[in-house]
Amino acid sequence: MTVTVNGVIHNLNREMSLTDLLQELSLPPEGIALAVNATVIPRKNHPQTILNDGDVIEIIRAVAGG
Amino acid sequence: MGALKIGDKIFNSRLILGTGKYPNFEVMRESFEVSGTEMVTVAIRRVDLNDTTGQSLLDYIDREKYALLPNTAGCYTAKDAVLTCELAREALGTEIVKLEVIGDEKTLFPDNEATLEAARILIKKGFTVLPYIIDDPIICKKLEDMGCAAVMPLAAPIGSGLGIRNPYNIAIIIENSNIPVIVDAGVGTASDAALAMELGCDGILMNTAVAGAQNPVMMANAMRQGVEAGRLAYEAGRIPMKLYASASSPMTGIIHSSVS
Repeated sequence: MTVTVNGVIHNLNREMSLTDLLQELSLPPEGIALAVNATVIPRKNHPQTILNDGDVIEIIRAVAGG
Repeated sequence: MGALKIGDKIFNSRLILGTGKYPNFEVMRESFEVSGTEMVTVAIRRVDLNDTTGQSLLDYIDREKYALLPNTAGCYTAKDAVLTCELAREALGTEIVKLEVIGDEKTLFPDNEATLEAARILIKKGFTVLPYIIDDPIICKKLEDMGCAAVMPLAAPIGSGLGIRNPYNIAIIIENSNIPVIVDAGVGTASDAALAMELGCDGILMNTAVAGAQNPVMMANAMRQGVEAGRLAYEAGRIPMKLYASASSPMTGIIHSSVS
């Protein structure tokens, strides 16, 4: 199964939830937000949101900017 | 001097600063301290999955002291701007947003149509919307009427340092507005900030003017004083401008030397 995370294609060899994905990427859940196929998924829903083949995931955080 | 009220938040400082373009985060932090600002903007971007440093902008911003104002910089469509705001709300737990929908890469002027569209959607979704917009009184009124918490007309192109290009339009916007008017973008130096406040602006937002100065911390101090001086002068009620002189000394009892 392949998903796109921040514009980069990833191959997943097992079923994954968003929580699993963040752990796989070594990203703490605080201060970031995720959208799957342009829909924001609140943190409380990460464990039960299972990724599907072709999903496009955006993981963002606050950075410096005016 | 009164306070700046945006939505349900009260700010004693009328100066809002951006977090971009500083030489480093320490200088940024010191500039905020000296400026007296109480709200700073942040951008929303993809996490760099290859970055292992663990350093984050938010490590340098005390959220007890500074409210965060996420922006939608880089968005060219209403759809992208709305998604960015939703992501910002989820990441930061804040409902207030600086809405930017850009129409042109060179000028970074707003796409007015898309800004109106995005503002409408965001207001329905419960956001406190502060739109960055062109200095046009008509469109500022439309944004007010639909429920924006403030309007943020630009002084000049972002980062240009040109100052208030059209003070007359800004004055008209202020006269017609029942919500705060916060000049945003294009400020260059302290006199620009003072002028904006003298016109009657409720606040001013700047980034490059401070971060890009040769001494950002010193400029942050100058801006603080410029904003305070301008606001005081506005509240003091200036004299009118006249074409001819009006003597300040009495016209009676003037000495005349005798001619020999």
